[in-house]
Amino acid sequence: MELLKLEGVDVKIEEKQILHDISLKINKGETHVIMGPNGAGKSTLGHAIMGNPKFEVTAGRILYKGEEINDESPDKRAKAGIYLSFQNPLEVPGVSLSNFVRTAGEQISGERIKFMQFRRKVEETLDILQMGKEYADRDLNVGFSGGEKKKSEIFQLLMLKPTLAILDEADSGLDVDAVRIVSEGVREYKENMDGTLLIITHSTRILQSLKVDVVHIMVNGRIVDTSDASLIEKINAEGFERYLANA
Amino acid sequence: MVKEPVEKRIDINSEIHAKNDGQKHKGIDLKTVNLKEVNTKEKTYVDDIDRSIYDFRFEEKDFFRVEGGLTPEIVKQISKEKNDPEWMKEFRLKSLNIYNKMPVPDWGPSIDELNMDNIVTYVRPNTDMKGDWSEVPDDIKITFERLGIPEAERTSLAGVGAQFDSELVYHSVKEEVAAMGVIYTDFESSLHGKYADMVKKYFMKLITPGDHKFAALHGAVWSGGSFVYVPPGVNVDIPLQSYFRLNAPGAGQFEHTLIIVDEGAYLHFIEGCSAPKYNVANLHAGAVEIFVKKNARVRYSTIENWSKNMYNLNTKRAIVEEGGAIEWVSGSFGSKVSYLYPMSILNGSGAKAEFTGVTFAGEGQNLDTGAKILHNAPNTSSFINIRSISKSGGINTYRSSVVIAKHAKNSKSAVSCQSLMLDNISRSDTIPAMDIRTKDADVGHEASIGRISDDSIFYLMSRGLSEEDAKALIVSGFADNVSKELPLEYAVEMNNLIRLEMIGSIG
Repeated sequence: MELLKLEGVDVKIEEKQILHDISLKINKGETHVIMGPNGAGKSTLGHAIMGNPKFEVTAGRILYKGEEINDESPDKRAKAGIYLSFQNPLEVPGVSLSNFVRTAGEQISGERIKFMQFRRKVEETLDILQMGKEYADRDLNVGFSGGEKKKSEIFQLLMLKPTLAILDEADSGLDVDAVRIVSEGVREYKENMDGTLLIITHSTRILQSLKVDVVHIMVNGRIVDTSDASLIEKINAEGFERYLANA
Repeated sequence: MVKEPVEKRIDINSEIHAKNDGQKHKGIDLKTVNLKEVNTKEKTYVDDIDRSIYDFRFEEKDFFRVEGGLTPEIVKQISKEKNDPEWMKEFRLKSLNIYNKMPVPDWGPSIDELNMDNIVTYVRPNTDMKGDWSEVPDDIKITFERLGIPEAERTSLAGVGAQFDSELVYHSVKEEVAAMGVIYTDFESSLHGKYADMVKKYFMKLITPGDHKFAALHGAVWSGGSFVYVPPGVNVDIPLQSYFRLNAPGAGQFEHTLIIVDEGAYLHFIEGCSAPKYNVANLHAGAVEIFVKKNARVRYSTIENWSKNMYNLNTKRAIVEEGGAIEWVSGSFGSKVSYLYPMSILNGSGAKAEFTGVTFAGEGQNLDTGAKILHNAPNTSSFINIRSISKSGGINTYRSSVVIAKHAKNSKSAVSCQSLMLDNISRSDTIPAMDIRTKDADVGHEASIGRISDDSIFYLMSRGLSEEDAKALIVSGFADNVSKELPLEYAVEMNNLIRLEMIGSIG
């Protein structure tokens, strides 16, 4: 089933055109990867799909489950099942991680979440990510290290169980152990929650334990190549120079 | 945190104390016009065909002015109805005298719209108006609805209904604490009970009628309120809630709260509730006096949500003896104008004061709030932690005064004040005054001002929260200095209040 489809999407921020004529198609259950050098526009794509008002879609269509969502607000998109893990998660003082996830979960499902059941799930999920239980009661991302923030994003992913998860640089700045833990969390989402993934990365470390279906290469705001997982090996060996030379 | 011993005296401090001396009355001339004369005059005009309607209105205004002034007769009448002891009657009359001599404060938000010429309408509101549910403004009714307050309670809170079940709750709480030897009673009864002498000894000794015009007014016309006495060493483990007393006629307007917590005892007193109290007489001039004895501790929590026409000119003060502690937890919502600076006098070595507050000023509101601390003994410490939120043109002024007396060696004070602006048309000012008379003190002040970033809103929206909810959540989080200090049900109510205030804030 076709879950997400982009048709000739142009995106600009303020007056600057960032993305040009982006087209891609993600079926349910697939794992797509967008790779490319820094500044290629990968994060912009993630934010545009999530509906960040800073980024304006000036041409083309974003279709989710067959319906155009160009004009939908971010919360509507979240309720429809789209999730974006942020490269730089924001700190929200005075709001605990668990209360926030509960509020978000209730907003998305439209149902009250029972406390005890929820608490158990929180603790199990923190366990998967090797985070102490105390994180549940800490203010959302406040004073979290870079690695803890990334884990907090994956924690929310596992708690909210979206249909489509866009992971924006979920592994950047992490040490080897943390990358392994984050990968484990992503695998949990994919395998046990029937997840569909769009992984934005400029390295390949997080991909090692995942079965990748499609790889897109983005350079200078354009998708310049789309292929199967074998492309990852190639990039690992050669980098993006081949594409940069052509661009 | 910026820490610097401050030696020089900052002049703003003097503004915090009402400038009572040498001020002229602001156009308030309560001259007595003989009623008979007015009538006679009117009669002569009846035959005058040239008489304009304007003239007639002018006469009518004069007529009201006669009735509008607060006279000894009115005060005596109040005293009689309240069955005051003689000394209280004298006290009221003395206060009235002071009230009539004192100017309206002119150093804060304007209270010009408060009709001082006709003060009696605030003191003795027209009960017919009060008794009609249809007179209660729609926004108040809607708020009751949204807060999910039961019908019976709504009418009562609006000042238009009969007393409700809370009276029963009040009585059971009263009995429960009485078993511990605690006296918890309405103020009127306290004047006649076993503790009448104690009440007489302490009543308005901390806040005196000479402090400012509204303290004098309070002294003259106070009505309702609570008296609490906690004997030495008693730890009152349930919070006492004045909410249950707010339904008495006239209470919640000039109510007097007197709390005496004896040596080594503990009390948590909670005042107010989240539902806006509607009152046709839109002046609130209550007084709270708290006496914290040696090694005792008192926590005084307030969530106030006045209707948006209210002038909240309240005075709160605590005096803390050696080793004792006062903790103020304060959420100020609603009202048109507020002047509110709870004061802590640290009067014995090692005494402590903590003030934790949040003030929310929305459209049409001008809220001047803060705290006052007087370090009057060595080794005393104080901490002020205030957050203010301004929205839709609302004005917040944080005003504080920290005084460390010359003999208050080795004292510490820290002031932290954070403002959150929700748009470009709102305003937030900070006026922190510090008057440090000794070099042997540790004083710090930090202030910050911020706004909600678009990125934060997008982050929360990407998790399914609407823009409104995202903003409300951020603001609630900002106000968590207060909510985390409140009992859970009050914290939930406060967050609901914030949500209500935030609705419609988009655009």
